[in-house]
Formats: sequence, C-alpha cells, structure tokens
Amino acid sequence: MRDFYYLIPIALVLGVAGLLVFLWSLRNGQYEDLDGAAERILLDDDVPLKEPGKLKD
Amino acid sequence: MPTEQSVTSEELLLASREVAPGLRQIELSVPGMHCGACIARVERVLSGLPAVERARANLSTRRVSVAWHGDKPPALAEALDDAGFESHLHDAASEATDGTLGRLVRALAVAGFAAGNIMMLSVAVWSGADAESRDLFHWLSAAIALPCLAYSGRVFFASAWQALRRGRTNMDVPISIGVLLAFGMSLYETIHHGPHAYFDAATSLLFFLLIGRTLDHVMRERARTAVEGLARLAPRGASVLQADGSQRYLPVEEIRPGMAVLLAAGDRVPVDGRIVDGRSEIDGSLVSGESVPRPVVAGDRLQAGVLNLGGPLTVEATAAARDSFLAEMTRMMETAEAGRTAYRRIADRAARFYAPAIHVTAFATFVGWMILTGDAHRAITVAIAVLIITCPCALGLAVPMVQVVAARRLFESGIMVKDGGALERLAEADHVVFDKTGTLTGGVPQLVDADGIAPGSLAVAAAMASRSRHPYSRAIAAEGLRRQSPAVALADISEQPGAGLKARAGDKVYRLGRAEWALPTAEDGRPGVVLSEEGRLLCRFSFADGLRAGAEEAIAALKAKGMPVEIVSGDHREPVHRVASSLDVPCLAGVPPAAKVARIAVLAATGRKVLMVGDGLNDTPALAAAHVSMAPASAADIGRNAADIVFLRDDLRAVPQAIEIAREARGLVRQNLLLAVAYNVLAVPIAVLGQVTPLVAAIAMSASSIMVVANALRLGWRPKRGDRATPSGHDDLAALRPAVGAGR
Repeated sequence: MRDFYYLIPIALVLGVAGLLVFLWSLRNGQYEDLDGAAERILLDDDVPLKEPGKLKD
Repeated sequence: MPTEQSVTSEELLLASREVAPGLRQIELSVPGMHCGACIARVERVLSGLPAVERARANLSTRRVSVAWHGDKPPALAEALDDAGFESHLHDAASEATDGTLGRLVRALAVAGFAAGNIMMLSVAVWSGADAESRDLFHWLSAAIALPCLAYSGRVFFASAWQALRRGRTNMDVPISIGVLLAFGMSLYETIHHGPHAYFDAATSLLFFLLIGRTLDHVMRERARTAVEGLARLAPRGASVLQADGSQRYLPVEEIRPGMAVLLAAGDRVPVDGRIVDGRSEIDGSLVSGESVPRPVVAGDRLQAGVLNLGGPLTVEATAAARDSFLAEMTRMMETAEAGRTAYRRIADRAARFYAPAIHVTAFATFVGWMILTGDAHRAITVAIAVLIITCPCALGLAVPMVQVVAARRLFESGIMVKDGGALERLAEADHVVFDKTGTLTGGVPQLVDADGIAPGSLAVAAAMASRSRHPYSRAIAAEGLRRQSPAVALADISEQPGAGLKARAGDKVYRLGRAEWALPTAEDGRPGVVLSEEGRLLCRFSFADGLRAGAEEAIAALKAKGMPVEIVSGDHREPVHRVASSLDVPCLAGVPPAAKVARIAVLAATGRKVLMVGDGLNDTPALAAAHVSMAPASAADIGRNAADIVFLRDDLRAVPQAIEIAREARGLVRQNLLLAVAYNVLAVPIAVLGQVTPLVAAIAMSASSIMVVANALRLGWRPKRGDRATPSGHDDLAALRPAVGAGR
C-alpha cells in the first residue's frame, strides 16, 4: 500500500531531470535560431568542414 | 537607402571584437536570407574565404556571425555581395541586452515544474488522502514551493520592493503579498498538521503571471530585433587625410575639428564640416526634410548625416562628433523625453485602486472574524484566504494577453510595437502630426509628366541615367525600364559632379543634367533638368517627391476617425504646400527641429494627445516629445529608436490600421479588467465567509485566468479584413522571431 513512497521520488526526479534538460538547452542556445534549425535539416552536410577532425567549435 | 555603400573593411575591423588571441568575430546583418538554401550559401561563401575560421548564420535574426584569423578582415561584404546578399554591420553596442527574457523563461520553467508537481500532490490530498499521507504531501509541496518562490518569485518581489521603496504601489505588490502570505500560512498549517495548505495556489499563481510577463517580453524583444535588423545610417568612421598625404580610417569619435575628411559619392557626412575641395550634390532629406538635392561647392557647410550624391569631396571637420548635428538632436530628444509627462500604464493605474481595496477587505475580514469568534488562528486563516483568492491573477494577465495578441496582429502587417504602453498611448491619440519628406512622400524623386517625353529622348536619357546613382538619374532610369526603352549604345560616359552626365552616341554628344550646364548657349535660361543634343534642347524633365503608397487613403481614414491631421515639415514652402493641398490638410513649412517640438507642446497644452509620424533626424526630438510616435523603416536610426512604433512596409495605411487595432485592444483590455473585477465580486464574499478551501481557490483562479486569456484571443481570431495592407508573404515577419537565448 505504501508503494507511492518510492513512486513519488521517482516522479519528482524525472520532473527535475526534464527541467534541468530544458534549462541546459536554453543556456546552450538551442532556441537561438528556430527557423534556421527547421531549414538546416534539409541541407546536405556533405561538404567537409574546413578543418577535418576539429568538429567542435 | 539605395545609395548607401556597403560595409568597408575598416568598418568591419572597428565593429569586430577579439574572441580569442588572433581571432576576431563580427556579426553581420543579412536581411536577404530567407531559406535553408540561403543559409547554406551564405555560410559556404564566407567559410570559403581565406582566414575565416567559421561562419554561422542565424535565420531567425537574419544575422551571420563570422570569426577570422589575423588583423585584416577578409572581404566579407564583397563576398556576400557577389553571392547576391546585401549586408550591414550589426551594432554590437545595441546588442547589450539585459537578458531579462532569458531570466523570465527560466523563472517560468521553474514555476511550471513546481506548479505541476505540487498540483499533482494536491489532487491526491483533495481526493481524500489519510492524515499521515496528507502531511507528507504537504511537506513535499513545501520543499518544492520554497525554491520556486525564491527563484521565480524574485521577478515580482524585486519589482514590488522597488515600487514600495519609492512610496508607490503596482500590481506586483498585492501579488507578492498574496504569494508570500499563502506560503507562510501553508507552512504554518503543515507544521501543525492542518488540513489546508495553499502551496499549489502560490506556485500556480506565479506560473500564470509569469506566462503573461514572458509573452509581454517576447513581443518587445521581437519588435526590438526587427527594428535593429534595419540598416544603420550613421557612419561609423571616415577616411581622414593625414598631414603626409596618406589616408587613415578613423572612428567618428576620433575625428577632431580641423581634420580633412575624404568623402566618396554615396558616403554620409560623419561630422559637421565645411567643403574645402570638390563639388557635388547632397541629399539632406533625412536630416532637414529638404526633398530636392542641393548642389554644393567649396566653402559650403555640411551637416552631419547628409548624403553625398555626386563626386568626391574633401571636408574640413568643424565640430567633433559629440558637438555635431546628430548629437544635438540626441540632446534635444532627451530633453523632450524628460519633459513628457510620465505615462502610467493601465495595469498600474488599476493596481493603485485594486491593491488598497483588497488589503482593506482582508483586514476587515480579520477584524470581523476576531470580533465574532475571538479565534485568532481562524481569523488570520480566513483573511489570508481572502488575499489569495483576490490575488490579481486574472488582472495580471488581463492587460498583457490582449497586448500580445494585438502586437502579434500588427506584426503580421509589418508594424512593430516596441512595448505595450505604446499600444495604450496609441489608442488615446486624437491628433496626428506628419512629417512630409520620407513620411508622407517616398523621399525619392519621381518623374512628373513622364508620358509627355518623346520615346527617343527617353531612351537616350535612360541609358545615360542608368550609369549614375543620383536620385534624378534613378528616376529617369526607372521610367525607361517601365516604358521598356530600347537600349542605346553610348560611349565616353562621364559624370560631372554637381552638373550632370555627358555621353556620346554615334557622332552626337548628349548631356543630361542642369540646364545651365547642358545648354550653355540657350537663350531660354529656365533652370531644371534637361537632355541636350549638341547643346540643343531635346526635352525637359521635372521631378516631384511622390506620395507614399496609401498616403491618401491613410489621411482619409484618419479624418474619418475624427482625428485632425497636419503636416509639420522642415522642407521649403512650395513642396510642402503642394503635398498639403493634394491631401487637403493644414501645413507648416520650414520648421526647424526645436519648433516641431514646440508645435507638439502647444497641441499638448490644449489637451491633445499627439501622434507624431516622422522619419528624419530633424523629427527625432518631436518623436520623443509626442504622446506616441511612429516611424517608417526607412527612417534615420535615431528616429527609429525614438519612435514607439515602426512600420516596415511602404504603405502609409499602417498608421490608421495601427490606431484601429490599438483601440480595439483598449476595448478588450477594459472588458478583461471588468471580467477580473466581476470574478472578485463573486469570489470575495465566499472567501470572507471562510468557505474557501485550496480546491476552491485553485478552480476559481484557473477559471478566471482562462476566461481572460480566451477573451484576449478574440482579437486574434477575428476574420481578417479586406483592407489590410498588402499581404506580402512572410518575408518581413520571419526576421522577427526572437531568440530566447540565455546568453542574450
């Protein structure tokens, strides 16, 4: 009967995880260019980056 | 401006900033980016340049950020130009936003999380959890609510505290008191194993109110981004002739009186100065409102901001940037702004009555219950319940929701409202003052009686004119295009600054320009622009600054609303009168900037609420002084920043349209305030009688908020009218979605 004693923490932890992911994405600039992101999926990224091996900014 | 030059590499360097040793970064505004293909192309073109480390385009803001190695900027503007994209420097200084929107979104996320989870626990309590579980749920709720209040509640607490410290009150004062008391009482109840806790009310209240506040900011941010995306006007620097004959590019602030500044055709004059060498024509339409280009020679004085149309000029600076015309306008604007009576927004005015009313009610409830029952705990509980139920949740949403929806609708018509207060003030406006040049008129000369020109002459003139950037040449070339004049082979084309164009076709010499120059032997000494063949007159061209699209309809619509309209222009008497009589409105001509402000002050003194519509530098103080102001997108930068509302499309019907929507919004705001008050009239007696449980509070609060929001949406759902300004797709909209970034 006391099952919810551990179900509640699980629910809260999941909620907090969602919140943190949202805050991270906000800070990470995921919402900076919503229109651009929608269009970019259509681009072919076949062109090699200028400095191969250095994928991160 | 069509004659504006693209960005020079010196300007690029000045505007860039160093992000890492040897790595400089710059933001360019590229308004022509529309689609995925454009992004790819812009990025490919820029990344292909030597020394460019990375280029990242942002489609929402129409900007591209480029980082490069070394001290010398790559030819970014030229590369973009070749790819068919116009680019402007993005002013990094104006980018220094306070990040309020990011803070609000984070606060909203936290409040949403807390409200959702506490509500989940509360539903369990309401459905009859046993006492032990209830206490546990209350403690959990308290643990979630406390950080939420500390984080999300700050937005309201800080603003309320500021108002209180200045001895005023605003909507945030009752909100803060309600939320804090609800939390405090619930904590007390929880500790004493009481049955009723209002944690859900406290957090969902914050959540609802933050939605309203965030939307309000999104709207403002979007308008700000859109307005900033427009081309800048003020020159950032200029080439200065050094003592040894070399040239050096200096920022405007470093130009001192006495320095010799070199100006190419198409440059704007950076500081006030006097011409020492060269002859040209200048376009002062944005500075003084003059609609006709003025020829200038050595010795003439130039005001900062005028555009050099003709040949190269050497100008001796007579004032530093901070003493120039532009700076003077800024100072006048600040004075005018300070003189304007501070506008109190509707919500704040409502709060002035609302807050004392609910606090008195709550106190009276406490006293009443004390007298009747003598039970202090019961009396306090009921009094706090009154505060919770009257906490202006619906009231806090009533105004921003309507304004967001109204701004959204205006936005779809290319009208940017910088804040909600401007919308309220626009609805109050009852007198309209127009500037002429660039506002009522297009600011660009057009050919008059074009159909009377012989096709042969027009073909020659259009062919010659297409080689020049002078506004008159552009008008002739445009007419040639319109009538599809046949191409004429020309040779030896040369442009004489301040005079005209000379060219050879076959064995005949043609001149297109001022009559005195093109017809040296003519007995008919009438001035004007002519085309001559071997010194003989072929035809005359006359120009007029054409009315902006929709100007007549706009004036008629304003008059139909019963708003007096008048023209106050800095231009000469004759052109102003011509426009005024064609539109049948009273006018004042040759008005200097200070007198424009004075005219608005006179109108304001008689109780009129003036809407000023203007675009020039000389209008800026008047824009700031007026009750509310609008400017076209083509306006001078500082004018656009001073105006409350900026319209992007050419059509002047934006003005009556904006007024109409603002008035409609005012009607809905009033309805919403009435709804909120009606809700209180119903809920307060229940609360005073001590019948409010957390369940009742939650239902009442949500219901009233939803009602207010739904009412606001009626403005958006109304069928679109036929008379809306030309629906030109989504181009001018797409630039405008704001970036909700944390870092911005």
